[in-house]
This record gives sequence, C-alpha cells and structure tokens, in this order.
Amino acid sequence: MTRRSGWAALAPTVLWLLALVAAPLVLMLAYSFAAHIAPDSPLPQGFTLEHYARLADPIYLRIFVRSILQAGLATFLCLLLGYPLAYYIARSPLQRRGRLLLLVIIPFWTNFLVRTYALMALLRAQGVINSILMAAKMIDEPLPLLYNEASVQVGLVYTLLPLLILPLYANLEKLDQRLLNAAQDLGASPFATFWNVTWPLSRPGVLVGCMMVFISAFGMYLVPDLMGGARSVMVGNLIQNQFLQARNWPFGAAVALVLAAVALVVALLVQRAGRLDGGEVQR
Amino acid sequence: MRGRRNWLGAYAALVFGFLYLPVFILVVLSFNSSRTSAIWKGFTLDWYVRLLHNRLLWEAVQNSLIIATATAVIATTLGTAAALALHRRQVRGRLWVEGLLYLPLVLPDIVLGVGALVLFTALGIQLGLGTMLAAHVGTSISYVVLVLRARLSDMDERLEEAARDLGATPWQTIRHVTLPLLAPGILAAVLLSFTLSLDDFILSFFTAGPGSTTLPLRVYGMMKTGLTPEVNALSTVMLLVTAVATTLFQRLTQNRIF
Repeated sequence: MTRRSGWAALAPTVLWLLALVAAPLVLMLAYSFAAHIAPDSPLPQGFTLEHYARLADPIYLRIFVRSILQAGLATFLCLLLGYPLAYYIARSPLQRRGRLLLLVIIPFWTNFLVRTYALMALLRAQGVINSILMAAKMIDEPLPLLYNEASVQVGLVYTLLPLLILPLYANLEKLDQRLLNAAQDLGASPFATFWNVTWPLSRPGVLVGCMMVFISAFGMYLVPDLMGGARSVMVGNLIQNQFLQARNWPFGAAVALVLAAVALVVALLVQRAGRLDGGEVQR
Repeated sequence: MRGRRNWLGAYAALVFGFLYLPVFILVVLSFNSSRTSAIWKGFTLDWYVRLLHNRLLWEAVQNSLIIATATAVIATTLGTAAALALHRRQVRGRLWVEGLLYLPLVLPDIVLGVGALVLFTALGIQLGLGTMLAAHVGTSISYVVLVLRARLSDMDERLEEAARDLGATPWQTIRHVTLPLLAPGILAAVLLSFTLSLDDFILSFFTAGPGSTTLPLRVYGMMKTGLTPEVNALSTVMLLVTAVATTLFQRLTQNRIF
C-alpha cells in the first residue's frame, strides 16, 4: 500500500480521535488556566494558576490522598484474591479451564451498575445481611454496612476483580509446565518454585492487571456515588460535582487533568517495567 | 502436590463465591413478593410484569440499541481501515497515531466524558443521541484497532505475499485475502464495540441530552430514586442476557476476547 492510501485509510480514525479525545484535553487545559468565563461566550479567558493551587486546599488534598490509598488497597486486595484464582484456572485441565474462565468473563461483561447494585442489595439496611442478623436476634438495629469508606472499598474490589484476573490468566496460561517440573526435579520446594519461577515469569501479567485496577479505581465515579456517603467521595465524584453541580468548570478541568496525568504516568511506568522484564505488555 | 491443589481449589471456590453470592441473592430477591424487606415473603412475577409495562424503560432500551449498533458499524469500519493501514510498513507519524489510539485505553472514562461535554458545550452543539454516538465511537475505535492489529500480526504474511506475487493489486490482496482471513477478528470487533457502547454509563452520563436516555442511564435513575424490586428484576434480566451472550460467544468462537 502506498503512503498516500495508508493515510487515506487512517484519516477518519485519526480525525475522530483528534476531535473527541485530543481536542477536549486541549480545551480542558485552556479551561484549567482560565481566569474567568464570560457569560455570553463559553470560551475561557485570561490566565491564572489559582485552580491548580486550589488542589492544595486540605479538603481537596484529602480527597486525592484517600482516592490514591483506596485505589492502592483495592489493587492489593484484587491481587490477593485474583492471583490464586488465575493460577488455579490456568493450571486446570483444558476442558475445565474454558468453563472456569467463563465464570470470570461473565462478571467482566455484566453491566457495572448491576454488579454494584447486587452488592448494595446485600449490604443495605434492609439488605440480606442485616435482615438475617436481625431475624437471628443478633442485633437490634441494622448495622451501617453501606454508605461509608469500607463499603466503597468492598465495592471497588468486587467490581474490578475480573479486570485483574483476565490479563493475569492470559499470562499464566502461557507458563511452560516444564520449567516448573525442572525446578522441582532440581529439588526446589513448592514455595521456592513459585517464588523463583512462577512469580517472576508472571510479572508482566501482574503489572498490566494491577495497572488496570488502579487506574479504574482511582478514576472511579459510580461505586463511591452509589455505595459511599458524603465523607467517602473520590476524585471522580469531585470532577462530576464541579462540572454538573458546582458549575466550576476551570477547577473541574484542573482536577480531571491531574487525574489524566496520574493515569498516563502509571501506564508509562508499567510499560517501561514490562519492557525491562523482557515480556511484552499487552492490553 | 494433590493437597496443595485442593487448598488452591478451596480458595478459588471462595473467590468465586465472593463474585457470585451478591448476584445470586439479587436474582432470588427479584422473585420475592415483599417490597422492602430482604426476608422471603413468597414467590411473585409482579416485578417482571411491571417492567414490561414501563414505557420509559423500553424507550431507553431502544436508544441503547440504536447507539450500540451505530457505534459498532462506524467504529469497526473506521477501525478496520486504520488497523490495515498501520499493519503495512511505512506510515508517516506512526508514533503519534499510536499514541493517539492509546489514549482512550488508558484515560479514565470520566476524563473522556467531561472532555466531550466541554467540547460540545464550547462548540454550542445540542446534547443528544448524536453527541453520545460521537463520544462512544471515539473510545470504541481504539479497542477495535487493538483487537484487529493483534489478529493481523498473528496472520501468515506469506499468504498476502503469494497473492502479490501472483499479480494481485494491493486492493485485490486486501479484498480477497486479508479481509476474509480477518473476518473472525472483525466479528469480534463488532461485538466488542457493540457491547462497550451498550454497557457504557460514564460517557453517556455526560453527553446525553433530553430524549436520549440509554438503558444504563435509566437503570441509574431508578437506583438513585429508590431501591425498588423492579430494579432487582431488571438487573436479573440484564444478567441473564449477558450470561447467555457471553457463553454463546465463547462457544462459537472458542477464542478469548474479553
């Protein structure tokens, strides 16, 4: 194919992405530095750094720090729950493997709202857990299981777990059984085999899975919106609030761009780490 | 060795339990005749009957299907052309194009959502089905290109070379060799972009206008206004559709697109 026809085929995609992904980012950058917005024109005017300076305000700083901590903890918990499961599926006999994998893929494709809602039905005041405990006379009034930081944390882990298992499984499935056999033949204990062979070889999968969970959790809107209380808002809720309720677009744009920057830096670090590992990073 | 496998199996069963217990309870509750309590009061299909008569819900389903179909057609068409172009060697500015395609995969949805809102507002474009479609296509293309490029790099290049050696023009090679070989990948891309659009909440949330409510937006509205048993029933239906579609897809293609 000639250069010209190559570009003719690429042009519609590139234009679409420039218009709907790149241009909005540039526009938000302009907003985030805007000193004011005239009532008769939607375009930003002037220049100021005050919107970024506002991020240092303890109220907003706390939201950022909590979001990072919750996303980090969610990533760790997903790894703790997901790694053994991915390993178990990857080491299962071929026929069972397909069926077990399907059990992870179904939640992955199930609508996010539905899965969040299922968890809420379990945890809410008239939910299943409280009803059972009340009926058993173990508690007199419902436990506050929902609308706090803990429920947001559970929600993040619950909804994002398949996101970690699938790339990790794709990696572990390729693991050469002969390497494990060789380690054992040479006298390595099961733990030593895991630590010196399986774990290092699975690092590219771990990195990609953790990256996807971390970025999704850090920019999460729905889970804290539905399962959190007034004190458990995350960065995503702050952005939505600034754009739709507070109507402070410049500050909202600054927050959104910081979130985007964090996501890009994490993705680039993971890609670099994957390259150093010698494994390919696929998404 | 066997003992270790059993421990691992027990752990795996627990994690599967964590994934499925809430969903299972939701399905059971959707048949419970009690309106507020989670205690079993008897079997009913009332909530499902109400869904059938919920006109707003059916409108939302219709909107969702329109947007998802249009997204799948546009994103797959443009994405296939782009993937083929990138598959061949020389394209000037390849690195920039790849960076651009990478952005929607990495940026959180909410950034793309508010970005689209800012863009449409600045341009004075009325929010509605059109703006929503534009935003959905903007993110789906990247996934389409990702899937198709993986397929293209797995493909035996000698087949295309053979076609060229036998005198086929570049277009004939694509039309009669590359595209037929790529067909399963294209089908996967169609299903992927359709599902991404159908499931999307965040992008739709920021780009929807009056009259363009999609199913996820309607479900969200119902969940916000109160946890009625109707939502249990609706969730159960959506769950069932997902489970059947996913199982069928895996059976039919035997491949592992997620």
